[in-house]
Amino acid sequence: MAVYEQTYRRYTGALTPRWSRFLVLGRYAWSEVFASRFFIAVFAVSFVPVLAVAVVLYLRSNLEVLESLGMFGFVNNLQIDGRWFLYFQRIQGGFAFFLTLLAAPGLVSPDLAHNALPLYLARPFKRWEYVLGKMTVLLVLTSAVTWVPGLLLFFFQVQLGGSEWLTEHARIAPAMLLGSWVWILVLALLGLALSAWVRWRTVAAGLLFAVFIISRALGVILNLSLDTVWGSLVDLRTLITVVWEGLYYGQAAGDTIPVWSAWAALAAVCGFCLLLLRAKIRAYEVVR
Amino acid sequence: MSEPAATSTPQPVHAPVLELDGLEVRLGGRPILKGLNGSLSGRAVGLLGPNGAGKTTLIHTLLGFFPVAAGTARIFGYDVRSGSEELRAQLGYMPESDAFIANLTGVRFVRLMAEISGLPPSQALERAHEALFYVGLGEARYRKIGSYSTGMKQLVKLAQALAHGPRLLFLDEPTNGLDPPARERMLQLIRDIKETREVHVVLSSHLLRDVEICCDEVLVLKDGHVAVTADLEAERRANLRLLELEVRSAAGIGPRSDFLEAVQRLGCEVAADGRRRLRLVLPDEVEVIDLYRLAAERRIEIRRLSHKRDSLEDIFLKAMEGDVEKAREAGVGHPASLLPPPDPGAGTPATGTERPEGGTDGRL
Repeated sequence: MAVYEQTYRRYTGALTPRWSRFLVLGRYAWSEVFASRFFIAVFAVSFVPVLAVAVVLYLRSNLEVLESLGMFGFVNNLQIDGRWFLYFQRIQGGFAFFLTLLAAPGLVSPDLAHNALPLYLARPFKRWEYVLGKMTVLLVLTSAVTWVPGLLLFFFQVQLGGSEWLTEHARIAPAMLLGSWVWILVLALLGLALSAWVRWRTVAAGLLFAVFIISRALGVILNLSLDTVWGSLVDLRTLITVVWEGLYYGQAAGDTIPVWSAWAALAAVCGFCLLLLRAKIRAYEVVR
Repeated sequence: MSEPAATSTPQPVHAPVLELDGLEVRLGGRPILKGLNGSLSGRAVGLLGPNGAGKTTLIHTLLGFFPVAAGTARIFGYDVRSGSEELRAQLGYMPESDAFIANLTGVRFVRLMAEISGLPPSQALERAHEALFYVGLGEARYRKIGSYSTGMKQLVKLAQALAHGPRLLFLDEPTNGLDPPARERMLQLIRDIKETREVHVVLSSHLLRDVEICCDEVLVLKDGHVAVTADLEAERRANLRLLELEVRSAAGIGPRSDFLEAVQRLGCEVAADGRRRLRLVLPDEVEVIDLYRLAAERRIEIRRLSHKRDSLEDIFLKAMEGDVEKAREAGVGHPASLLPPPDPGAGTPATGTERPEGGTDGRL
């Protein structure tokens, strides 16, 4: 089908490996996401806490620098432990949420709104590959601001604090990694599922935001009105907090739901999102 | 890190393009396709039928979008129930409704689709440019698809269906929403694609003319059943030997018996239809000029001579028998906009292939 010949010819060249084709979607979606300057700004800002924590860790191990800056008392009193890293994870988890809020609605809803799915699925390309391809963008973005810098900071602190600190706080690294991945998966699945459900980018973003606000409010109302802690099962923010605390400390802090129930509730949320994606990500929906 | 193209893998030899073997599809509990049977081997196969007959459902089932309830269908010998990726790699699909990614440029969109089909990025880009030039969107390929006109969106759908070099192309109502020039261009493209002999085409349409000028085989669906399958090429060849004549003798009356006898002696089968009209089948060794010679010898004027027209329309009418009658009796005209208004002068419904009234075939 060369241009000068203006005729059709079949393609007989080499093909890319079958397993790698879902990455094509991720690559295209990645460039779409980074076409927004606002997104780039938010992404850049999400690294500010990482830099700040790195600076604090450095200063705390270099007392003479700290003294010269006149911050000895403030920084030296900080305890670099699980609580410190959990606090860092919460901040970065918030950035991961905002990045998902900006990126996820634009991944699936435009394809559904313009009926592009039949074009993908008429090819040797499966539905799960489509979801995985789109999800790759979210997984990479949110990983970049959560567990990747978290682990880098952890190993930075190991370098500064030595083996004694590592022995005492060895639990932090797996807790950071697993806790971040739970949060990333919940965010990615929720973002994609809501985007597929409403098919309208702005509404999907609003809905994702509302899910966290409404679930929080509903959880508090249930807890107060029924004088129980089980209302927190519908509060996504509390659920992930309990899971993180369980990972860092072995149990949740304060009077709240058991850790196992938070895991189960988050698994149910992920399962529901997968069911929603299964129903919506198809070439054509059958109207009954 | 690359795989060979699908073309290099062993494929069933001499398999028909499309085989339907008791294919049944149920959607939402309702039977949509009811035991379709048939085997089609044409370079371009037309799917005809009124709205709701099951054309699009058949295409979607062949593409694996809908599950098969019973029976099966095979494309190039591959069972569609297997969901074979090797088969999918050989298919191109142009859907009926709008289908695109609005915020991508034409070339980026087509490249994406080619890459999803397995082409390496550089090859996909090259093929995307070529496909867009081929369909006539070369100048618009850097514009976002959201800004394209309806006709351009149809063309970019065709380009994405072609870019990865399929062996079978499904075109679902490709001329929908096109103005006459764009429609002609689309039909010309489809004919060009077919004539390259590199790809088979399955064209679904409710427009007889689109199928008639593009396809050499047709499958007519009616209410989820196969109403008829026909080889249009064979019909066309047969039609060249089937003539309608309107004759007048010098005295102003119809054909005299000596003319009829002379025509029969040539070996023609003749049927007189009214006072002036004759229908006859020419044997292979007899040419039309022989009829003129006989007429001249007997001072008979051949006022009108035409080959039998609208074979597809005849096939379709026969397939839809009953529905058409009901529609006409009710004064509705034509079921599901399939038929143009009847032409009282010609006695048969008119189509785009109608020849000038009173003229003769251009071959004479």
